[in-house]
Amino acid sequence: MAASTRSQVISLYKMMLKESSRFPSYNYRTYALRRVRDAFRANREVEDPKAVERLMDEGEQMLALIQRQVKIKNEFQSETDRLSCWQGIMGNKTMKRRGMLLY
Amino acid sequence: MLSPGRTISSRLLRPASWLPFRLCPERTAVNSMQKELIKKHELEKDELRPLYMDFQATTPMDPRVLDAMLPYQVNYYGNPHSRTHAYGWESETAMETARKQVADLIGADPREIIFTSGATESNNMAIKGVARFYQAKKRHVITTQTEHKCVLDSCRILEAEGFEVTYLPVQTNGLLDLQLLESSIRPETSLVSVMTVNNEIGVKQPIEEIGHICRSKGVFLHTDAAQAVGKIPISVSDWKVDLMSISGHKIYGPKGVGALYVRRRPRVRLEPLQSGGGQERGLRSGTVPTPLAVGLGAACSISQKEMEYDHQRVSMLANRLVQKIMSEIPDVVMNGDPEQRYPGCINLSFAYVEGESLLMALKDVALSSGSACTSASLEPSYVLRAIGADEDLAHSSIRFGIGRFTTEQEVDYTAEKCIQHVRRLREMSPLWEMVQEGIDLKSIKWTQH
Repeated sequence: MAASTRSQVISLYKMMLKESSRFPSYNYRTYALRRVRDAFRANREVEDPKAVERLMDEGEQMLALIQRQVKIKNEFQSETDRLSCWQGIMGNKTMKRRGMLLY
Repeated sequence: MLSPGRTISSRLLRPASWLPFRLCPERTAVNSMQKELIKKHELEKDELRPLYMDFQATTPMDPRVLDAMLPYQVNYYGNPHSRTHAYGWESETAMETARKQVADLIGADPREIIFTSGATESNNMAIKGVARFYQAKKRHVITTQTEHKCVLDSCRILEAEGFEVTYLPVQTNGLLDLQLLESSIRPETSLVSVMTVNNEIGVKQPIEEIGHICRSKGVFLHTDAAQAVGKIPISVSDWKVDLMSISGHKIYGPKGVGALYVRRRPRVRLEPLQSGGGQERGLRSGTVPTPLAVGLGAACSISQKEMEYDHQRVSMLANRLVQKIMSEIPDVVMNGDPEQRYPGCINLSFAYVEGESLLMALKDVALSSGSACTSASLEPSYVLRAIGADEDLAHSSIRFGIGRFTTEQEVDYTAEKCIQHVRRLREMSPLWEMVQEGIDLKSIKWTQH
């Protein structure tokens, strides 16, 4: 089994960020984005291929978890729940433009 | 306030009846329905959910915890105590895994963990159970004045049963005086109960030193670690703790579950509160709720992995909040020791401002003044009174809770709004005017009209 290449790691990272940004709740969304980014950053220097493989597996499992949870949370969100303090004033796109979504 | 006859919904619902309001049963039923609609209308009008800054009251469930719990809510629904079929075996395996996860977080053996319905039940079990078991020879219990209501209430019940309870005072910084504790322990003391991290002021007691004192005197130490577990490193063997209460919903786990750590070497004996089929070592009978236990275990294992990351982040955010507020407005007091504390629980007293009015003003941030259990009454918190806070400062205290999911933007927003409203409320306050003119408020003789 070939060791995970740089491009595979980057594509997992991008997929995780994309899924994390779909959480309807502001707190979960920002936490997931921040945690994914910090976890990948912390493991940037890891060289050992076995360790990289293990981390990639963990990452895949986390990605599946995020996908499941996003689906569940979207099912149970009602219109009023979706709006938190400033999100009532600004929508998701505006928040991203103004740099308030942590990418 | 809207009068019942005036909304669109009520016009549609009011029946044509010639009887006066009170006597017509349909009218009263319709009246309550109208009230519900009005309430819903008012809530929807706002459309903004407040920011959550009350992590000491409860915490949102981590998505990873929910993910671990769902299979046991949906598919693997067996009773873990069923010995004869696969449904029981798989539930039991899950329950034992969860037990190991909880035990690993606090440095205990899995056989020493008992699942309960929450920290309140664990506290009741520990205090009443230990005191009653050893009551033949030992009838004295020691606790502090800043404990949680359930501990104080359990001690009150023990007093009614004939025990003697000493409620130790704390110093102005919220910490217990170790000399005082040592001198209060008598040969007939069976239990000392001190909470690790206070839920109102965030003060962290020196449990390690207290454990050494208690072990040297042969007294059991119980600690309510509901706010501390998963947030600061805990080792029951290093700290020489005999009983520890754990709460699920304070560490991003489900509500309705907790655990009690009961030491096996040297053995701590308890008289069980709940009798039944002998589950959980006979100390807490009743079916263990597998999904909740699995959730608690998952929450504990996640907390263990994330402890350092969360602690750094929470400290950074707490510093940010306190620096922002204290640099902009004068006469703000932080209750509790500045060093010996858990950073995520900040209790600030704003002088010359009324706490309730500040809470009402900050309606788009979910905060509390004092603990959730005491928020219904109008009395200021007994914890603040115990640390010797002035009556007026105790009334104007707000507790900010910061947790895993708090962001910088939320902290900045809270700080800004707090500063803005404190300034506005102080403008309106005649006491503030007098202070600005240099009058010492303590020297004023208030007259009766």
